Amino acid sequence: MTKDVKNLKQFSKSAEKFEGANLLCPGCAHGMIIREVLNSVDGHILIGNSTGCIEVSTAVYPYTSWDVPWIHIGFENGSTAVAGAEAMYKALKRKGKYQGEKPRFVAFGGDGATYDIGFQWISGCFERGHDFTYVCFDNEVYANTGGQRSGSTPLGSSTSTTPAGRVSYGKKEKKKDLLAIMAAHGSPYVAQVAPNKWKDMNKKIKTALDTEGPTFINALSACTTEWRFDCNNTVEMMDLAVDSLVFPLYEIVNGHELRITYRPKNIIPVRDYLGVQGRFKHLFKPENEHIIEQIQKDVDKKWEMLQKREEAGV
Amino acid sequence: MKGWNEFEIGSVLFPLNEDGMKAQEKMPQERSYTENSSRSASVAHWRVQKPVHNVEHCINCFFCWVYCPDASILAKDEKMSGVDYVHCKGCGVCVSVCPTNPKSLLMFDEVEEEKDALKKWPQKETK
Repeated sequence: MTKDVKNLKQFSKSAEKFEGANLLCPGCAHGMIIREVLNSVDGHILIGNSTGCIEVSTAVYPYTSWDVPWIHIGFENGSTAVAGAEAMYKALKRKGKYQGEKPRFVAFGGDGATYDIGFQWISGCFERGHDFTYVCFDNEVYANTGGQRSGSTPLGSSTSTTPAGRVSYGKKEKKKDLLAIMAAHGSPYVAQVAPNKWKDMNKKIKTALDTEGPTFINALSACTTEWRFDCNNTVEMMDLAVDSLVFPLYEIVNGHELRITYRPKNIIPVRDYLGVQGRFKHLFKPENEHIIEQIQKDVDKKWEMLQKREEAGV
Repeated sequence: MKGWNEFEIGSVLFPLNEDGMKAQEKMPQERSYTENSSRSASVAHWRVQKPVHNVEHCINCFFCWVYCPDASILAKDEKMSGVDYVHCKGCGVCVSVCPTNPKSLLMFDEVEEEKDALKKWPQKETK
């Protein structure tokens, strides 16, 4: 059963299913997302996890941080592991061998496992229509292996494979619009969430888990190590991301009905978001200023597109 | 416990002594953990500074609870009841999200005694 969270007092009564003393970096947003997902479910939940930060730091032999059934499998097939479990559940139920409560099937993966390496497998699972939820922990970089660029890394970001310097301003390509791709699979529910907006996030997670069929959640996860900011500023960083509309919060139902779920009262310039992160520091040199303008233009265009799509309902 | 070179591929770790499904309904402090659960480990040595909770200023908004990445803010009977110093890595997120004035959580040096820290609490700031 998923629960409807009205306030944090009620939420704080949740029985924690994710243990501390995991090896995630101090201030890592992954921990916030995991807790917000697990705490919104009462009862059975089964998790498949692709290789990534979460996997290597929460299951360091001989320890596990998970109190729920949790499968670790290869980089690409967190989604298929869960799809297999879901198919098994169906078969056992049909044969009358399993009469218990239906578990929630959830796959976790980082942006590397989701945008790039595992994409084909996720796409397959969505096409076959398994009843599960895929949650992507989008920290916009391969943080586990030393900060290489991924399909999710934004334009202009300095990473270890697209370093900024005398000849380069960082990554030259734009971030993949994964939500649109997943919606195009005909998924009944896809949404973008950020853990700093916990109420919005809880609502979307609840909807995704309660919706039958393959659903997708893209969760923003600020990375203190690779974005280069002080570890106590994680929440502030994500506030800036959603308030500058770099990471707009919206959902798409049935593949086409788009709804914006959070409209910032004061939209802040993208410059304020970029300025506080080490990975964009070089953009503030005079020769790279045009990249900031480009990012601002892209963000404005996307916001306009989202609003128009919401209005048109297509 | 087996060492890493005796570790079998495809092994399973059981964090709980009892039936896992039933244990999930219990609060963590009432469960019985095995030595495989990371709950029995400690990351206290990662910390240089620790958050100290001041009950006097706390309004129990639970922002610190929801944003703590390591489940280290202890909540009991709808009240914030302290910090789990075994699992706290000292990231300081709880302090930066605390909305009260003065803050109900502040970072102090690891060696600082809690009662001394509480004496040093700053006064309300005027804006």
